[in-house]
Amino acid sequence: MPDVRLVNVTKKFGNVVAVDNISLHIRDREYFSLLGPSGCGKTTLLRLIAGLIKPDSGEIYIGDKLVNDAPPEDRDIGFVFQTFALFPHMNVWENVIYGPRIKGYDMTRANRIGHEVLEMVRLHERLDAYPNELSGGMMQRLAVARALAAGAKILLLDEPLGQLDAKVRNELRYEIRRMAKDLELTAIHVTHDQAEAMAMSDRIAVMRKGKILQVGTPQELYTNPKNLFVANFIGGSNFLEGYIIEAKGEAAVIELRGGLRFKAINRGMNVGDRVVLAIKPETLTMQRHGRSGEANLFNGIIKRVTFEGTTIRYEVELENQDTVLVVTPSLTCEWFTTGEKVIVSFRPENAHVFPYPEAGLRAEISVE
Amino acid sequence: MRWKKLTIAVDRLSSRSSVRHGIYVSALIAFFTLILLPPLLGVVIKSGAMYGVLGKSEIVSRALTAIANSLIIALIVSVLNLVAGLPMAWLIARGKSKWLNVLDTIADLPFIVPTAVLGYSLLLFWSEPAGLSAFFDGSVIPPGILLVALLHFAFSFPVVVRVLVGALLDYKMEYELASRTLGAPPITAVRTVTLEIIKPSIIAAFTLAFARSLSETGATMMVAGKAFENGAVFIQNMKNAYSASPPLVSQAEYEGAAAFASILLIALSCIIFAAIRFMGTRFRLSFQRTWPTTERKLSYSKAVITRNAITLAIFFLIVIIPSLFVALPAVEALFTESFPKALTGAPPWNDYWESIARSYSVGVIVTILDIIIGLPMAVVVARKRLGKSSSILNILVDIPIIIPSVALGASLRFFWKETLAYVPEIWLLIFAHMAITYPYFVRSMAAAIERISVELEEASRTLGAKPFGVFRTIIFPLTKYSLFSGAIIVFTRSVSETGATLAVTDLKTAPVVLVNWVKGGIPVSPAEVGLGCGFLIVISFVILLTLRLIVRGKGRY
Repeated sequence: MPDVRLVNVTKKFGNVVAVDNISLHIRDREYFSLLGPSGCGKTTLLRLIAGLIKPDSGEIYIGDKLVNDAPPEDRDIGFVFQTFALFPHMNVWENVIYGPRIKGYDMTRANRIGHEVLEMVRLHERLDAYPNELSGGMMQRLAVARALAAGAKILLLDEPLGQLDAKVRNELRYEIRRMAKDLELTAIHVTHDQAEAMAMSDRIAVMRKGKILQVGTPQELYTNPKNLFVANFIGGSNFLEGYIIEAKGEAAVIELRGGLRFKAINRGMNVGDRVVLAIKPETLTMQRHGRSGEANLFNGIIKRVTFEGTTIRYEVELENQDTVLVVTPSLTCEWFTTGEKVIVSFRPENAHVFPYPEAGLRAEISVE
Repeated sequence: MRWKKLTIAVDRLSSRSSVRHGIYVSALIAFFTLILLPPLLGVVIKSGAMYGVLGKSEIVSRALTAIANSLIIALIVSVLNLVAGLPMAWLIARGKSKWLNVLDTIADLPFIVPTAVLGYSLLLFWSEPAGLSAFFDGSVIPPGILLVALLHFAFSFPVVVRVLVGALLDYKMEYELASRTLGAPPITAVRTVTLEIIKPSIIAAFTLAFARSLSETGATMMVAGKAFENGAVFIQNMKNAYSASPPLVSQAEYEGAAAFASILLIALSCIIFAAIRFMGTRFRLSFQRTWPTTERKLSYSKAVITRNAITLAIFFLIVIIPSLFVALPAVEALFTESFPKALTGAPPWNDYWESIARSYSVGVIVTILDIIIGLPMAVVVARKRLGKSSSILNILVDIPIIIPSVALGASLRFFWKETLAYVPEIWLLIFAHMAITYPYFVRSMAAAIERISVELEEASRTLGAKPFGVFRTIIFPLTKYSLFSGAIIVFTRSVSETGATLAVTDLKTAPVVLVNWVKGGIPVSPAEVGLGCGFLIVISFVILLTLRLIVRGKGRY
């Protein structure tokens, strides 16, 4: 199965730069996700790989072959559209054998492939059903089956779970990944849902405004974001603004407004630099008793409690009036109530320090 | 302030179900009494006279030949229109060049040329020394069946292209792209997926072309020559023979022949359209039969360039240039004595200007009446306000389209003259034009209303709007472009209508006057005929442009 390589690829629509000089390597048999907010260029990038649109500049390789001018039918890809694009005038069977027949396979071979893929997606009992007679999950599975039957070596999925309800979506995440892995396909999956990307992908590229901001495994993106946008988009973060008041080697002390101080890992910042501290809500802990005033231990009052099933969200106002979000497991942690006084703490290695952005914090993390 | 009070009062009134139902029932009564039943009952009334001519083998045989000609020409022309129109629509809808916008506008030009003028234009281009014949010895294509076929092809082509362009623009491209990603070259994707999905529009385009070919009279008479007759020309020739002095046929013979031809045309049209609908939905192009290598070759570079070149050649050589050729003598006539003569209204121009005034007045009245009785009907059909009956109404609304206009005109005259003999001639004309144009308006509005999500109406109701308030604030703003478009279609169709006008009344509209001039009823020079056609085109163009400017800026939704 082939890998996919993009070299300095750019695509503009009028004055809008949808894909801005992107270089990327998607490895053979990798499950790769393009993740980002609406309008970030991820679907455009996928369509460039599929050959549905052509790049203005740059090169796209599938395997060793430069495919810039190759039409979609010559790229050995399977494309699963967000709306599935199942042919409404064909039943399940006809949709599935469409690819093999169009490619000129004889009936025996087309039939064999059709039965194999329908067995795989558990639709072999609905051969005569038309797309409008299928549930959302079935339509999704049929769309994948159709792409597989056409002999796709690369599976391109454009928000394939976007139209499904939450439960089916969660089930199909694992099923699609399992199929891609079993068939040793290279899969490129576009989504704006970070939980979906984290659950399904070997690696993820986070995109914004036509650019790739960071590529990494789900763990890398979650635990070591390279910028404020990724810190916010993957899992969300608390952002606290302050200044470096001490910097010795890898250790730094940061002072927030109101004189609150905390220790963090220094990443090349100097004393006096204005910074933003990003802390995941799950890495904050709360306790009723403790010694406040020491580094990374703060007094706070719980302003709002939201029970979310597996987790509980607490909005805690610190003594300097900054508010932080704390998320704790609902069954294994102590419960707190609104108005309760607590001590909030975190470990220095869980706080990521970034220079204060020129455009302002709000603009930097905005998904608009 | 008064206007606000009035709208509040109407809003309140509309919340009474009796008022709403009253409006729908009134629209239904108007539809049945003015649009649907008169043309159907008219031929029934004259069935007695029809039996009288059945024994006259010469008339029957002439009628049957004429009707066979109608059907053969309509069938061939409609198929050719589809074959040539699809690549043209494809080029306009899918092409990327900005010049295609110009092409798109040019494709609409034949719309503003009344069909009678178009007929004269084709006659000049193909048959007269002023046109292509100047380069050959005699007429390139003399009046007769071939010229009739070319004429019908030319006036139906823009309609077919317009319907197909709309279908391709509305069509969800993802199906075609999905087919491409599954391995299909462009031609295969179109053959196996796109054509199947836009099949209803293809059937609609075929039906419209077929119906227009069957019903067109004025222009057909101009290019038919003396020997050739189709159904419409036969009915008109019988009328002319009866009106001649001394009459060449008796009243019973004319009425019987007209009723016989009308009944046959209506019955055969209904059967053919039912068959097209029935078979069209069942007919499928098999994707299982594939020619990967051939279709791949046909999908790219040279084949595409060749296809586009042939498409454009057909469009310009067969449709546009012959259709607008009439402008040439009209321009020449500007520098002759004909022009001041025309402006001063000296004979025969006095008749001409009177007919122009009549044509446009009738066009305006018909448009207003169609809107008044068609709008509630469009709501009934689109929103299924009368439950299952709405689906039946949806089919009935189309019936006047498939009745040949000359048969419709003849039937209407029979009906109104037998039931209400004192109906003024001008109202007969208005009723005939309403019957012909009403389906176009209702169909256009119903489609626009169907496209609006019911949830928008429901949201408006939950925010406190009464039913009329919903229409005023939601439906109308979102459909006004379609309403204007529908009104423009009704108006232009009424102004250019000839067949029904000739059959229903002796009053002369502009196209009728032009037909008379061309047929030699009144001695006028070719320059004057060209000038007459030119005035009609210019006036129609100015009115359409004004309406388009009014509509522009109202926004499409």
